[in-house]
Amino acid sequence: MAAIELRGLTKVYPGGVKALDSLDLTVPDGEFFALLGPSGCGKTTLLRTIAGLETATGGAVVIGDRDVTGVQPGGRDIAMVFQDYALFPHMDVTDNIAYPLRIKKVAKAARRDKAAEVAARLGLEHLMDRRPGQLSGGQQQRVALARVMATQAQAFLFDEPLSNLDARLRLEARTFLKKLQRELGVTTVFVTHDQAEALAMADRMAVMEAGHIRQIGTPAEVFQRPANTFVAGFIGSTPMNLLDGTVRGDTLDVAGFEVSVPVSAEGRLSDGEKIVYGVRPEYLAYSAEPAKGALSGRVVIVENLGASHLVTLDANDVTVQAVVPEGSEPAIGDTGHAVPRRDRALVYRDGELV
Amino acid sequence: MAQATSPPEVAEQAVRTRRYSSDAAGLGRLRAGAFVAPALLLVAAFLVFPALWVLYLGLTNYRLTGAAAAEPQFVGLGNLIDAVVNPEFWSSTWLTVEFVLGSAVIGQVGLGFTIAWLLRDRRGPLKRLVEGLVILAWILPSAIVAFLWVALLDRDAGTLNALLHTPGYAWLLDHPMLSIIVFNTWRGTAFSMMLYGAALGNVPPSHLESARLAGASGWQQLRDVVFPHIRGHILTNLLLISLWTFNDFSPFLLTAGGPDGKSEVLAVHVYKVALQSGELGTGAAVSTIILLINLVVAVFYLRLLRSKK
Amino acid sequence: MTRFVLGRIGFYTLIAVLLAFFTIPLLWLVTAPFTSDPTYEVTVPDFTLDNFRAVAEHPYALPSLYNSLVLSVGTAVLVVILAALAAYALSRVRLPGRDALLYALLLLSSIITGTAAMVPLFQLAVELNLIDSQLGLILILTGGLLPAAIFMLKDFMDSTPKSYEESARVFGATPLQIVRHVVVPLVRPGLATIAVWAVANVWGNFLMPYLLLSDVEKQPAAVITYTLYTEGGQANLSMLSTFGLLYSIPVVLMYLFVSKKYGFRFHGGIKR
Repeated sequence: MAAIELRGLTKVYPGGVKALDSLDLTVPDGEFFALLGPSGCGKTTLLRTIAGLETATGGAVVIGDRDVTGVQPGGRDIAMVFQDYALFPHMDVTDNIAYPLRIKKVAKAARRDKAAEVAARLGLEHLMDRRPGQLSGGQQQRVALARVMATQAQAFLFDEPLSNLDARLRLEARTFLKKLQRELGVTTVFVTHDQAEALAMADRMAVMEAGHIRQIGTPAEVFQRPANTFVAGFIGSTPMNLLDGTVRGDTLDVAGFEVSVPVSAEGRLSDGEKIVYGVRPEYLAYSAEPAKGALSGRVVIVENLGASHLVTLDANDVTVQAVVPEGSEPAIGDTGHAVPRRDRALVYRDGELV
Repeated sequence: MAQATSPPEVAEQAVRTRRYSSDAAGLGRLRAGAFVAPALLLVAAFLVFPALWVLYLGLTNYRLTGAAAAEPQFVGLGNLIDAVVNPEFWSSTWLTVEFVLGSAVIGQVGLGFTIAWLLRDRRGPLKRLVEGLVILAWILPSAIVAFLWVALLDRDAGTLNALLHTPGYAWLLDHPMLSIIVFNTWRGTAFSMMLYGAALGNVPPSHLESARLAGASGWQQLRDVVFPHIRGHILTNLLLISLWTFNDFSPFLLTAGGPDGKSEVLAVHVYKVALQSGELGTGAAVSTIILLINLVVAVFYLRLLRSKK
Repeated sequence: MTRFVLGRIGFYTLIAVLLAFFTIPLLWLVTAPFTSDPTYEVTVPDFTLDNFRAVAEHPYALPSLYNSLVLSVGTAVLVVILAALAAYALSRVRLPGRDALLYALLLLSSIITGTAAMVPLFQLAVELNLIDSQLGLILILTGGLLPAAIFMLKDFMDSTPKSYEESARVFGATPLQIVRHVVVPLVRPGLATIAVWAVANVWGNFLMPYLLLSDVEKQPAAVITYTLYTEGGQANLSMLSTFGLLYSIPVVLMYLFVSKKYGFRFHGGIKR
């Protein structure tokens, strides 16, 4: 097992597109690490550069104590699960799992034993003679996992490991994958565009945008204190309210409402300053009665989230969303009042957290 | 949380296939060169070199026999001029155009597409039977196939006359061009059929279904959904079969270019000039012109193909 | 409903016409060999085997089929191996001038395999001492078929997902291992199609062996067919039809075998 370290990693595609811009990142030994970001942010390029499938144009990739920047993928002692799993359609499950061992010139009998052992661990033992085409999506995913496990590599790389599964299976696979990684203890980097997936599975995560890492931290840190408005807008199943405001003495003026300064920003703001006020819909206390420090407006839309409702208010032409527990949801056209939690609200100056 | 899941990354997928079109197996240019080299070597020796030689011969008065066979003289563009002023050359060119348009563009493409379209959703023995017979016509040796058609079109005992109750009608003499056009259509449809069969399989069913939901007729579906989708296939197919038909020698096996040169397409014309009359230089000059015409045809199709983007 | 019924009737009428068009020319080949003293007429045969006996006694007929086999299998093997390697490299690595090269070769091959290059090829074969050599003929035929084979195979390769190769590469496979373990099995139907195409092409090729093999014992069936044609100035129909049938059967069997095993078709087609 080994840590992965990236130093000033840069990837420029021919034609000048800068996919990775001087990235520094350390993934400690045994960590389950997520690379999260929207389409085209460079997260998959980063993963492929770690694997060696893309050649870095600058910087270094260090796995364990070894600088592997110029090493071919096969010599890096890593294993990768591809988004489409890349199971060879002409080989049965046994041969697919045993393929890395075949490359390492392991004897046939030993290969089969190892494949059977790994497969048994993932509950695949009754599928060993099938071809990938005869397997369900979930089974294919487990075969792909078995194949990387058979390599006994220093680190695993997963490219969107769950995106080819349907929604229900994805939840199961999420739990399964996290448990498996914990048991194996192998350093694992995975790429996802789904923030819920990253929050649920990762020990730590990096949020990327346009070739840059915008924040690194544990899921709790990233969720509670997004370092900038980009991360704030990207993380969370219901996006954070990001409202333009101005500092007025000891309070904030947000969309014409007087709101108290959040705990985290106390004493750090100067009068008259333009800021962005951020508060998650979950951290707004909604009520039908007027309250001090509330953002008030007409209810425009009510969306059912199951155990709660997402209420959209039109507060002086600014859209504010609040999560309301089931049973107390308002009707469209009602007037609502949402009071932010001072200990959870955030202030951003020039896009960065204060 | 299902609602938390972002939509599938369709856009990124497209970016990805383009971006990663590079060297997936880590071949590197050097090894790629080594992979290509043996093929290129054979092609250079037995294809490029003879072609250049043809160009050179076209500039000499090389003959099969006589003094000019031993020591050919350089005559420059004389052969080209001789070839071009020959009225037979022009009638051959015209017949070749007829042959390509009739048997390749209309015959093979039309029939091949029709069969592929008719059988697109079918499985089972009927499809296998039709496809098998069409492909049979394509893979049988040309010597045999030509002979079968001589038998079919025979004046006295031919099957066609028996079927049409027209005994004694000499198809090969009275309609030589029609005969070789129908013959070549029969012979070559399989390639287009298979290519369009594969292309039609690539048209997403959802596109056809949405057209059908919008009330498009069969023809409108073809025009608005199918053709735009398989445009590249159609053009590549047209290019290949046009070139193949242009240089096809098999009409000779049926009519020997006759009667009176009425089916003497350019490939047959070259044979007659170069080998029957022994004027290798002039024959090579005609070959050069054929090469140029082919080049024009190819560039024309490639332009169309490019303009897609 | 009536529209549906009319559509069905139209469909089957069209299919019937197509079947007739493609079947009728072949009838003679199945009836004449079994008929004593056949003419061009298609008749119900009297199921004699005399014609086959005559072919078997012909000194060059059956050996020529063996020669055809040597030539076509030899060429097909060379074409498939060389074209697969070249097509793979061209598909995966952007060599400078790749597309122009492919089209130029394709253009040349369609011309040069015709009558135009007879003379230079003959002179070349004389210079290289390849006259009357089956190996020499195989090399020349391979050179002629390679461009189209590379062109068609490249499209096959282009349409196979690259993640298979990348996956094998991450596990440490070398490029040749990747080709052997992953690429060849994935494009096997394409290779089979190209092999059949090459065999059929050589099997029916008359001009090149006629030009380059003067030894009658080395000549393939295509050349021998024409010696039957002109014997005594008159076509020997019983020999010709019977030999034609024997000459046709191997390619038909090969097609049936390949189409059963791999499916004889273009996967995805040729589009560039």
